[in-house]
Amino acid sequence: MKIKILYFARLKETLKFSTEDLELPDDDFAHALTILKLKAYLAKRNDTWQQMLMGKLKVRGAINHELVEDSAPIADGDEVAFFPPVTGG
Amino acid sequence: MITVRVQTQDFDTGFEINLLRNARKDTGAVVSFIGQVRDLNEGDTVSQLTLEHYPGMTEKALAAIVSQAQSRWDIFDVIVIHRVGTLQPTEQIVLVAVSSAHRGEAFKACEFIMDYLKTEAPFWKKEVTNQGERWVEAKLTDDDARERWLKS
Repeated sequence: MKIKILYFARLKETLKFSTEDLELPDDDFAHALTILKLKAYLAKRNDTWQQMLMGKLKVRGAINHELVEDSAPIADGDEVAFFPPVTGG
Repeated sequence: MITVRVQTQDFDTGFEINLLRNARKDTGAVVSFIGQVRDLNEGDTVSQLTLEHYPGMTEKALAAIVSQAQSRWDIFDVIVIHRVGTLQPTEQIVLVAVSSAHRGEAFKACEFIMDYLKTEAPFWKKEVTNQGERWVEAKLTDDDARERWLKS
Protein backbone atom coordinates (compact mmCIF):
# COMPACT_ATOMS: atom_id res chain seq x y z
CA MET A 1 0.00 0.00 0.00
CA LYS A 2 1.25 3.43 -0.94
CA ILE A 3 0.28 6.71 0.67
CA LYS A 4 1.50 10.28 0.48
CA ILE A 5 2.12 12.18 3.72
CA LEU A 6 2.39 15.96 4.11
CA TYR A 7 3.59 17.87 7.17
CA PHE A 8 2.88 21.50 7.99
CA ALA A 9 3.98 24.34 10.25
CA ARG A 10 5.89 23.30 13.39
CA LEU A 11 5.89 19.64 12.31
CA LYS A 12 7.41 20.39 8.92
CA GLU A 13 10.03 22.64 10.50
CA THR A 14 11.06 20.25 13.30
CA LEU A 15 10.88 16.99 11.34
CA LYS A 16 12.57 18.65 8.34
CA PHE A 17 10.04 16.89 6.11
CA SER A 18 7.36 18.56 4.06
CA THR A 19 6.22 15.51 2.11
CA GLU A 20 7.03 11.84 1.67
CA ASP A 21 5.72 8.80 -0.18
CA LEU A 22 5.36 5.86 2.18
CA GLU A 23 5.09 2.29 1.04
CA LEU A 24 3.84 -0.28 3.53
CA PRO A 25 3.75 -4.08 3.14
CA ASP A 26 0.26 -5.20 2.18
CA ASP A 27 -0.44 -6.91 5.52
CA ASP A 28 -2.98 -6.76 8.37
CA PHE A 29 -1.36 -3.62 9.78
CA ALA A 30 -1.77 -1.75 6.48
CA HIS A 31 -5.35 -2.96 6.07
CA ALA A 32 -6.35 -1.61 9.49
CA LEU A 33 -4.36 1.61 9.22
CA THR A 34 -5.81 4.70 10.92
CA ILE A 35 -4.49 8.20 11.59
CA LEU A 36 -3.52 7.18 15.14
CA LYS A 37 -1.78 3.96 14.00
CA LEU A 38 0.16 5.86 11.35
CA LYS A 39 1.26 8.46 13.92
CA ALA A 40 2.49 5.67 16.23
CA TYR A 41 4.29 3.98 13.32
CA LEU A 42 6.09 7.18 12.27
CA ALA A 43 6.88 8.05 15.89
CA LYS A 44 9.17 4.98 16.06
CA ARG A 45 11.65 6.66 13.68
CA ASN A 46 13.42 8.53 16.49
CA ASP A 47 12.91 10.74 19.57
CA THR A 48 12.09 13.84 17.55
CA TRP A 49 9.35 12.04 15.63
CA GLN A 50 8.08 10.51 18.88
CA GLN A 51 7.96 13.94 20.54
CA MET A 52 6.25 15.67 17.62
CA LEU A 53 3.65 13.04 16.77
CA MET A 54 2.93 11.31 20.09
CA GLY A 55 4.04 13.98 22.57
CA LYS A 56 2.34 16.98 24.15
CA LEU A 57 1.66 18.80 20.89
CA LYS A 58 -1.85 18.33 19.60
CA VAL A 59 -1.56 16.97 16.05
CA ARG A 60 -4.53 17.08 13.71
CA GLY A 61 -4.87 14.71 10.77
CA ALA A 62 -6.45 15.15 7.36
CA ILE A 63 -7.19 12.53 4.71
CA ASN A 64 -7.62 13.66 1.10
CA HIS A 65 -8.07 17.31 2.23
CA GLU A 66 -10.68 16.54 4.91
CA LEU A 67 -10.05 17.11 8.61
CA VAL A 68 -10.57 13.75 10.36
CA GLU A 69 -10.48 12.14 13.80
CA ASP A 70 -7.60 9.89 14.97
CA SER A 71 -9.74 6.79 14.35
CA ALA A 72 -10.27 7.56 10.64
CA PRO A 73 -9.20 4.71 8.33
CA ILE A 74 -6.47 5.26 5.71
CA ALA A 75 -6.68 3.53 2.31
CA ASP A 76 -4.22 2.85 -0.49
CA GLY A 77 -3.46 6.00 -2.51
CA ASP A 78 -4.66 8.42 0.19
CA GLU A 79 -3.05 11.79 0.81
CA VAL A 80 -2.59 12.13 4.57
CA ALA A 81 -1.55 15.37 6.28
CA PHE A 82 -0.37 16.09 9.82
CA PHE A 83 -0.39 19.56 11.36
CA PRO A 84 -0.84 21.48 14.63
CA PRO A 85 -4.16 23.17 15.49
CA VAL A 86 -4.85 25.87 12.89
CA THR A 87 -4.24 29.56 13.58
CA GLY A 88 -5.51 31.52 10.57
CA GLY A 89 -7.81 34.52 10.40
CA MET B 1 -21.92 34.04 -6.06
CA ILE B 2 -19.32 32.40 -3.86
CA THR B 3 -15.74 33.60 -4.09
CA VAL B 4 -12.93 31.96 -2.10
CA ARG B 5 -9.39 33.16 -2.70
CA VAL B 6 -6.05 32.43 -1.03
CA GLN B 7 -3.38 34.87 -2.20
CA THR B 8 -0.18 36.65 -1.23
CA GLN B 9 -1.19 40.05 -2.62
CA ASP B 10 -3.30 42.60 -0.76
CA PHE B 11 -6.99 43.13 -1.59
CA ASP B 12 -9.21 46.19 -2.02
CA THR B 13 -12.07 45.82 0.46
CA GLY B 14 -14.09 48.66 -1.08
CA PHE B 15 -13.93 47.01 -4.49
CA GLU B 16 -14.98 43.61 -3.11
CA ILE B 17 -17.90 45.11 -1.14
CA ASN B 18 -19.10 46.93 -4.25
CA LEU B 19 -19.10 43.60 -6.12
CA LEU B 20 -21.50 42.23 -3.51
CA ARG B 21 -23.63 45.43 -3.51
CA ASN B 22 -24.05 45.30 -7.27
CA ALA B 23 -24.41 41.52 -7.71
CA ARG B 24 -28.19 41.53 -7.17
CA LYS B 25 -30.82 44.20 -6.81
CA ASP B 26 -32.66 42.45 -3.96
CA THR B 27 -29.56 42.81 -1.74
CA GLY B 28 -30.39 45.00 1.24
CA ALA B 29 -27.40 44.35 3.49
CA VAL B 30 -23.68 43.70 3.16
CA VAL B 31 -21.72 42.76 6.30
CA SER B 32 -17.95 42.49 6.17
CA PHE B 33 -15.13 41.57 8.55
CA ILE B 34 -11.45 42.41 8.07
CA GLY B 35 -8.75 40.79 10.16
CA GLN B 36 -5.39 42.56 10.27
CA VAL B 37 -1.92 42.01 11.73
CA ARG B 38 -1.50 43.42 15.26
CA ASP B 39 1.85 44.66 16.54
CA LEU B 40 1.23 43.00 19.92
CA ASN B 41 0.63 39.34 20.86
CA GLU B 42 0.88 37.65 24.28
CA GLY B 43 2.47 40.84 25.61
CA ASP B 44 5.31 40.93 23.07
CA THR B 45 5.89 43.36 20.21
CA VAL B 46 5.29 41.73 16.83
CA SER B 47 7.23 43.04 13.85
CA GLN B 48 6.24 40.45 11.23
CA LEU B 49 3.84 37.58 10.62
CA THR B 50 4.22 34.72 8.14
CA LEU B 51 1.20 32.65 7.13
CA GLU B 52 1.50 29.13 5.78
CA HIS B 53 -1.37 27.02 4.41
CA TYR B 54 -2.21 23.65 2.86
CA PRO B 55 -2.84 24.35 -0.83
CA GLY B 56 -5.70 22.22 -2.09
CA MET B 57 -7.26 21.67 1.31
CA THR B 58 -7.58 25.35 2.25
CA GLU B 59 -9.88 26.27 -0.62
CA LYS B 60 -12.05 23.19 -0.01
CA ALA B 61 -12.28 23.87 3.73
CA LEU B 62 -13.30 27.50 3.16
CA ALA B 63 -15.89 26.54 0.52
CA ALA B 64 -17.33 23.92 2.92
CA ILE B 65 -17.63 26.53 5.69
CA VAL B 66 -19.41 28.97 3.34
CA SER B 67 -21.75 26.22 2.22
CA GLN B 68 -22.64 25.43 5.86
CA ALA B 69 -23.44 29.12 6.41
CA GLN B 70 -25.64 29.10 3.29
CA SER B 71 -27.61 26.14 4.59
CA ARG B 72 -28.18 27.85 7.95
CA TRP B 73 -29.11 31.35 6.83
CA ASP B 74 -30.83 32.96 3.88
CA ILE B 75 -27.80 34.75 2.46
CA PHE B 76 -27.00 35.75 -1.13
CA ASP B 77 -23.33 36.23 -2.00
CA VAL B 78 -20.13 35.54 -0.06
CA ILE B 79 -16.53 36.60 -0.58
CA VAL B 80 -13.70 35.10 1.49
CA ILE B 81 -10.15 36.25 0.81
CA HIS B 82 -7.26 35.05 2.98
CA ARG B 83 -3.68 36.12 2.51
CA VAL B 84 -0.58 33.97 2.97
CA GLY B 85 3.12 34.84 3.04
CA THR B 86 4.86 37.51 5.08
CA LEU B 87 2.86 40.46 6.46
CA GLN B 88 3.62 43.52 8.58
CA PRO B 89 1.50 45.09 11.38
CA THR B 90 -1.67 46.84 10.08
CA GLU B 91 -1.68 44.76 6.88
CA GLN B 92 -4.95 43.01 6.02
CA ILE B 93 -5.03 39.23 6.56
CA VAL B 94 -8.58 38.18 5.86
CA LEU B 95 -11.83 39.51 4.42
CA VAL B 96 -15.22 37.88 4.87
CA ALA B 97 -18.13 39.72 3.22
CA VAL B 98 -21.72 38.47 3.09
CA SER B 99 -24.81 39.91 1.44
CA SER B 100 -28.48 39.24 2.18
CA ALA B 101 -31.88 40.92 2.00
CA HIS B 102 -31.76 42.02 5.66
CA ARG B 103 -28.89 42.61 8.08
CA GLY B 104 -29.61 39.86 10.64
CA GLU B 105 -28.77 36.93 8.38
CA ALA B 106 -25.62 38.58 6.99
CA PHE B 107 -24.31 39.52 10.46
CA LYS B 108 -24.75 35.97 11.77
CA ALA B 109 -23.33 34.27 8.66
CA CYS B 110 -20.26 36.55 8.61
CA GLU B 111 -19.45 35.77 12.26
CA PHE B 112 -20.10 32.04 11.74
CA ILE B 113 -17.73 31.91 8.74
CA MET B 114 -14.98 33.68 10.71
CA ASP B 115 -15.41 31.43 13.76
CA TYR B 116 -15.18 28.29 11.62
CA LEU B 117 -12.31 29.66 9.52
CA LYS B 118 -10.34 30.25 12.74
CA THR B 119 -10.71 26.63 13.86
CA GLU B 120 -10.98 24.55 10.66
CA ALA B 121 -9.19 26.21 7.75
CA PRO B 122 -5.57 24.98 7.46
CA PHE B 123 -3.58 28.19 8.03
CA TRP B 124 -0.69 28.59 10.49
CA LYS B 125 0.93 31.80 11.71
CA LYS B 126 4.53 32.29 12.68
CA GLU B 127 5.47 35.62 14.22
CA VAL B 128 8.68 37.55 14.71
CA THR B 129 8.65 39.30 18.10
CA ASN B 130 11.16 41.12 20.29
CA GLN B 131 11.56 37.68 22.02
CA GLY B 132 12.42 35.94 18.72
CA GLU B 133 10.54 33.86 16.19
CA ARG B 134 7.68 31.58 17.29
CA TRP B 135 4.60 29.70 16.06
CA VAL B 136 1.35 31.27 17.17
CA GLU B 137 -0.57 28.93 19.52
CA ALA B 138 -4.22 28.09 18.85
CA LYS B 139 -6.57 29.77 21.34
CA LEU B 140 -9.22 27.95 23.37
CA THR B 141 -11.43 31.04 23.05
CA ASP B 142 -11.56 30.36 19.30
CA ASP B 143 -12.81 26.81 19.97
CA ASP B 144 -15.42 28.25 22.35
CA ALA B 145 -16.52 30.76 19.71
CA ARG B 146 -17.14 27.91 17.28
CA GLU B 147 -18.88 25.71 19.90
CA ARG B 148 -21.54 28.41 20.40
CA TRP B 149 -22.89 27.74 16.91
CA LEU B 150 -23.48 24.08 17.71
CA LYS B 151 -25.84 25.08 20.52
CA SER B 152 -27.75 27.81 18.71
